[in-house]
This record gives sequence, structure tokens and C-alpha cells, in this order.
Amino acid sequence: MTQHNNISIAITGSGGSGAVTAGLILLEAMAQAGFYGLMQRSAGPQIRGGESAVMLRFADHELCGPADVFDLWLALDWLKVRRFVDEIPLHGGSQIISDPMIGEPPAEVTGQQAAFIDLSLKQTAATVEGGRVNMVGIGVLAAMLGLSVATMHKAIQKTLSDKGKAVISASLAAIEAGMRLVPSGSVPLTANWQVATGERWNISGNEACGLGALRGGVRFVAAYPITPASDMLEWLAPNLEKIGGTLLQAEDELASINMIVGASFGGVASLTATSGPGLSLMLEGIGLAVASETPITVVNVMRGGPSTGIPTKSEQADLNQALYGPHGDAPHLVLAPLGISDAVFTTQWAVCLAERLQTATIVLSDQSIGQARAIVSPVPETDMLCTRQTAQDIDGEYRRYTLTPDGISPMAIPGTPYGMYTADGLEHNEKGTPSSMAADHNVQLTKRSDKLLQTDYGEHWAEIAADDEAVADYLLLTWGSVSGVVSEGAGRLRDQGYSVTVVAVRLLMPLPLQQMKNALSGAKKILVVEHNYSAQFYHYLMSLGAIPQDASSLARPGPLPLRPGEIVTTMTGEQHE
Amino acid sequence: MSESDAVLIKPKDYKTSVKPIWCPGCGDFAVLSAITKALAWMKLAKEEVALISGIGCSSRLPAYVDSYGFHGIHGRVLPLAAGLKVVRPELTVIAAGGDGDGYSIGGNHFMHACRRNIDMTYIVMDNRVYGMTKGQASPTTAADWDKSKLTPHGTGVPPFQPLSIALAAGAGFIARGFSGDPNQMSKLIVEAIEYPGFALIEVLSPCPTFRPEQKEWKHQVRQAEDIPLHDPVQAAEWLAADDGMSSGLIYHRAHPVWQALHEVGSTLADIEQEFRI
Ligand SMILES: Cc1ncc(C[n+]2csc(CCOP(=O)(O)OP(=O)(O)O)c2C)c(N)n1
Ligand code: SF4
Repeated sequence: MTQHNNISIAITGSGGSGAVTAGLILLEAMAQAGFYGLMQRSAGPQIRGGESAVMLRFADHELCGPADVFDLWLALDWLKVRRFVDEIPLHGGSQIISDPMIGEPPAEVTGQQAAFIDLSLKQTAATVEGGRVNMVGIGVLAAMLGLSVATMHKAIQKTLSDKGKAVISASLAAIEAGMRLVPSGSVPLTANWQVATGERWNISGNEACGLGALRGGVRFVAAYPITPASDMLEWLAPNLEKIGGTLLQAEDELASINMIVGASFGGVASLTATSGPGLSLMLEGIGLAVASETPITVVNVMRGGPSTGIPTKSEQADLNQALYGPHGDAPHLVLAPLGISDAVFTTQWAVCLAERLQTATIVLSDQSIGQARAIVSPVPETDMLCTRQTAQDIDGEYRRYTLTPDGISPMAIPGTPYGMYTADGLEHNEKGTPSSMAADHNVQLTKRSDKLLQTDYGEHWAEIAADDEAVADYLLLTWGSVSGVVSEGAGRLRDQGYSVTVVAVRLLMPLPLQQMKNALSGAKKILVVEHNYSAQFYHYLMSLGAIPQDASSLARPGPLPLRPGEIVTTMTGEQHE
Repeated sequence: MSESDAVLIKPKDYKTSVKPIWCPGCGDFAVLSAITKALAWMKLAKEEVALISGIGCSSRLPAYVDSYGFHGIHGRVLPLAAGLKVVRPELTVIAAGGDGDGYSIGGNHFMHACRRNIDMTYIVMDNRVYGMTKGQASPTTAADWDKSKLTPHGTGVPPFQPLSIALAAGAGFIARGFSGDPNQMSKLIVEAIEYPGFALIEVLSPCPTFRPEQKEWKHQVRQAEDIPLHDPVQAAEWLAADDGMSSGLIYHRAHPVWQALHEVGSTLADIEQEFRI
């Protein structure tokens, strides 16, 4: 059933106004108060001091995506706000908090139904030494949300810990001044919310991927900076060091992919992270990992494409490239996390599968996961078989690519006596000696393909949420980051009395066809949902015969996020709201 | 008994049974011999050596040496070798390939390997032509060489100066060898392996098939006497004045070696603490 205790808040501001800091503080404060939250970001094109918007959503339960509309909008100023208007849909009851002294809102904003709460944010900030409008604004929001001064204190301490005492006390004073702008005695917006007592985490999607990588045993990362993947690398660099691993900043993605192949050849689980343009450069290297059977994991944090595209915004448009990018018949794995928490599990699983199957795995995260931050339940460790089969105590002739029942050949790690061989991207025979013979090519192609197809991937290939009814009215089939939005849409459809099944696919390639068939069986109406223009997932499923001919498609490109209402409208054909 | 305990004194013990694809008279045979000689001289255990290469005739070399090896993709030999060396610093890592592989498609990695200074040896078999793809001009080909159908009037581009570029990019060990002098070459390889950092050996390795005129190199190459130099300015002048036919260890200078930093002592659980509210 849909859970209703939630609120969505946008904070916007031009360069230097501190919208992002404000969002981080409020997120931490709501976490301290015992709630869950999600903070997504949207940035303008400026490098530094550009306008930015944070899209917050809070609830007394774990959240999986953005809402349809925003209830509150804190505008720190109106400069360049047009850039974000599309991303902040409002409703009749929405309230816009701003200060008339900061100027007139543009027509795109005044033209909406929302009510304005005019407050003297600027003057109030001026009453505090070092006080800033963003802090006064959070004070207002904190009071409306029913957060205590003590809670704000803790949140500030944690979020601004590296800013020094003066900033911390000025911020607190400004927040308290802002809190006083809200009439005392007003009912807090969280009045009837449940307070969580268990432990929770404040984690970003990129950190979640990083953590999954470490849990999977990754101890070497080589990478080249790119938005929106860089902050994963920035999180990994110091944390890898702490546990004896290494991150190397490469000269480009051609280098980073080959560095991780080299490191993995040396016996160490290795990973790189990038975004679309970098993935394009890595394809030849991924093919090398596949052909030489060297385990690697590539996390691709997707952004708007093609070419340089829209670096700061989300889209699921690299699916085709991840599936089909490497030349030749190059069987590999493609996985996608279904949300921020799931990025821990999926990345760990991807690393484990790469190690176990001695192949390349591509993880398709995206900006809406990577650069978002959420308050979630702690992600427990999952037991997985992560070990690479290595050759030890070698007796007699070592054959690196020897044929085995499961297609996996024990790998001799340099340093192993009598295991010397030359790994090769050239087609080779069982020993590894280059060969252009038809028989060797056939045998090795089959081996590399079968080892993936013969593996039982278990139940983790997808998350399936079905009602009790034997046959669902609606079946929503989706993948990756939009799974959360689809689930929320499904909840609303259930509230309207429909029976709905959601199949959110985590393992995109190889797709377990029989399990997919079972999951879809009997569904009356199937909708395939994805965040790209050309319906890449839908066409992939069609090409595999995984969905019936009458399945329909909801494919919409970024940069605007998919929203739950869109799912409902598409499914029922009725206008939502 | 581990192979490292075995007595491996003969260069031929380091050769595999795989038959080289090279044409008769190819300079790369001598490089293979010089490498196995150097390994035998240093008594390195086979399993502690890794030969990494890209693509080209010359890049086929790892399969012929009985050590660990990786025959990667065109131009990416240096990052492949760097990744291995960073995670397995105790191994002796030797990268090898051609002038096209190293200076053209891999040119960016070449500069950055020089400045990153990871401890490895890089042997470039320079024949001033793309042998594997049948005779096109390479970055080190003279501007007026017009024997390739691809550049019938010559490239019109002045040749790449790998040693000057390596020096400018920060390499601390720069040598030139010649296939016609395998003894000198194996000495250079030993010195390169012993040098802590990135050691470049450019080998004049003739391609009799596509550059038959290189047979004359045996009359042109000479051992230089006024080297090694230790001062980068002097070395730059020396290289600028050189005709490319002097052999020996040209430049030798200690530079800080790239090293991974660890502050160990933490567990994954410690790291996860940071996420707790
Ligand atoms: C990405 C890519 N581009 C082009 C080629 C084709 N190719 C193979 S070897 C080679 C050049 C080899 O020349 P060099 O590195 O000088 O080695 P040699 O064969 O002369 O020893 C080229 C262009 C390739 N294999 N991969
Ligand atoms: S083509 Fe030239 S470089 Fe290649 S093997 Fe023959 S002689 Fe050697």
C-alpha cells in the first residue's frame, strides 16, 4: 500500500547561495530526528558557484524515488531559476518560501497555483554575525518540520565539521533565527510520523557502489575523473588506502581500463568507474578482459547522452552500449542497481560474478543514484561466492584456457611456479597459444559463452513484487534506477484496486529467460518502463522474445526524472491529480 | 621444489616452444635472445617475471619467453604493465612492443609512464615502420620515406623523437640498443631491470621485410662513448645533436619512484561506521 507520510521540498539558489549545503544539513537533521530521506541534486553548467537545486523528500519509511510534486520550495533567490522550473512541479497546496527583498519571481513561478510565504530571510540573516540566508531558510523549514534546536545542532556539527567553530556557531544562530520566523504553536508537518529507532545510514549512491566494490574484494581501482562518477572515486581513494588497496588516477580511460586488466591479471580484484564518454573509450579493453578471461568490473554512472550530452543529469541511455559495445562475440555481464541501497549489493555481486566467471561485468548506475544521498536502513553484508579459481600446485603442463565442465579454467597468478602462460586477446588454444584455427575459435567462443549461460544466478536476477492474485492486471517491467519510481506507481495502482506485479531487473545480461518467462506468465497488460528516448530495454527484451508482442513501452529520456504519477497515467490512461 | 630454487642458468631455459611468427632476419629475434640472456644472468625465477606487450610483430614476444605474459591490445602495453606492477611490486615487469604501438597509438601512455615512474622496463623495438600491418609509416619514419601506398609522397611529418620526449617527460633511464649487438643489449636490459623506476630501452630492430635498407644499420650504429649523462640539460643537448644511431646507456638519474601509499590498520567495518547517523 502507498505510504503517505512524506513531504517533498526543493531548495534552489544561484551560485554561492548554499542550496546544496542547506540540503545536506536538512537531510542529516531529519535523519537525526528519526526519519528517512532522499536528496537528489541538479546543477547548472557552471563549474563553481553555479546555480543549483536540491530535491529533498522525507518520510517515516524508506524512500525509493522522487514524488510527483513538491510541497515546499525554499527559494534563496530567483536568479536563473528558470533552469529548474521544469524539475520542480508544484500542486495547489504547494508553498513557496522566499523573501520579497530578493526580487520578483519569474512568471513561470508566479503562474503556478502555489501559495507564497513571504519572510524576511535576508534581514534576519543580517541580524546574526556571519549569518547567511540559506541557514535562515533551513531554520524556517526545520521549524515547519518540527525539528528541535538540539537536532539542528547535531546536524550542523556533523555536516560542517570541517568548517571551523565560527562558521558552526554563526550557522546555528542563523538557523535559530529562522526557526523563530515560524509562529510558535503551528503544527509540525511531521506531527503524526513514526520515529525510527533502529540504526540508519546516510549514504550516497556513488558511495554505495564504492562500498559494494570493497565488500566484493576490490583492492585496485584505476580511473579518470568524469561527472557524475568522480565522487565515487574520491570516496574510494582514501578508503582503499585504509584497507591496503590502491587507487591510481590514470591519464585517460584507455589507460584505466587496461590498468585494471593488468592488476587483475596480477590476482587482485579490480574495478574502474566512469560515465558514457569514458565507457566508449573503454570498450576495446573490456573486450580484452573477456577474451583473455581476466575478471574486471566497470561501473558506468550514466548521464544524458549522446556525446558529452548532459553531464549533470540522469538518463538510462547507455544500455545498448553496455550490452553490445565490445566488438566480436564478447559475452560479458551487465547489471544495474535498483536504487541507492541496492548499489551496495549489486556492485558487490558484479565483482563477485566477474571474479567467479573470469569475465567483465558492467554495472549501470546513473546520476539519479550516484549523486543522490539517502537515509536508509544499514545495508547488511551478503554472503556471496566471490573467489576466483586459481591454479595451485601445478603438476605437468599448465593450460590456462583448459576446457572444464563449467567453462571456468583455474587461473595461474604470476608468482605461481610452473604456471607461466601468456594471457592473450588474440584467439588462442587451450594453452593460450595464439591460434586462428576454426576449431580453436569455436571451442573458445563456446567456452566463454557457456560459462555465463550455464551459471545459476539464483533469485537475485530481479526483484519481483507481486500481489496475492494469481494473475496480475498489470505487470510493470523495469530496470535500474527507475525501479523505485515504478514501485511507487505500482503502489498507487494497487490503492486504486488493481493487482500489479513489478519486475525490476538487476541482471540484464545474460537475462535468465526462463525465470523471466515465469515472472511474466499470465500478466494481462505489460508495460516496460525505462529512462531513455529509444526504448532500449524494450527492444532488447523483444529481440530475446522475453516479452509478448503486445507489451507496451514507456520510454522517456532525461533530464527530467520519471515520476510515479506518470506510471499510473500510462497504465490506466487516466489523468492523475 | 619451487622453480625459483631450480638452477636456471641457460638463456634457452627461458624460451618457450612456441615458434616465433617473425620473418627470417627480423631484428626482434635478437631482442628475444637479449631478454632471455639478461634473465639468465640475473637468475630470475621464471614465475617472478612478467612480460607485457601490445600489438605488432614485436609485441608477439611474450609468448616466446617462458615467464608470465600478457599480450594485450594495440598501444596499451604501458597501462597494462603499470596495473600489474602496482598490485604486485615484487614481480619483475618488462613491457615490450613496437614504435607504432608505443609512440603512436600509445603515445599518451608513453609520456605519462615516463613521468609516473613506476618501476618497470620498457623495450621498444623500433623499426620505423608498421610491420604487422604490412609496411606503413610509423611515427619514427623519416618524412620523405615514400614506400608505403598509404603515404605515397612520404608522410611529410618530421619523425617523433622518443628519447628527447622521454627525457622531457621525466624518464630517468634512457638507453638505445641495437639488434646487431645483443651483448650490449642484454647488459642494458639488466641495468634497466635494476634501475628503480621507469627504464626505457629503444632498440634499433630492423624490419628486413618492409625496410630492407635497414640492413645497413650494422654499418651505421656505433657505441657512444661520452655517456651516460646525468644532467637533463646536457642530455637534452646530446640527444638533439645525435643522429639516432648512437647506442648505449644515454641518461641515468634517480627519480622518486611511484609508490602506492597505505595506512592499513582499518577494516571494512570501520569504514562503514562513517555512514551511521
Ligand atoms: C586499435 C587498433 N588499431 C589498429 C590495429 C592494427 N595494427 C596492428 S599492429 C599495428 C602497428 C604495428 O606497428 P609497430 O607497433 O611498430 O610494431 P611492428 O609490427 O612494427 O613490430 C597496427 C596499426 C590494431 N590491432 N588495433
Ligand atoms: S614484418 Fe618486419 S617487423 Fe614484422 S616480423 Fe617481419 S621483419 Fe619483423
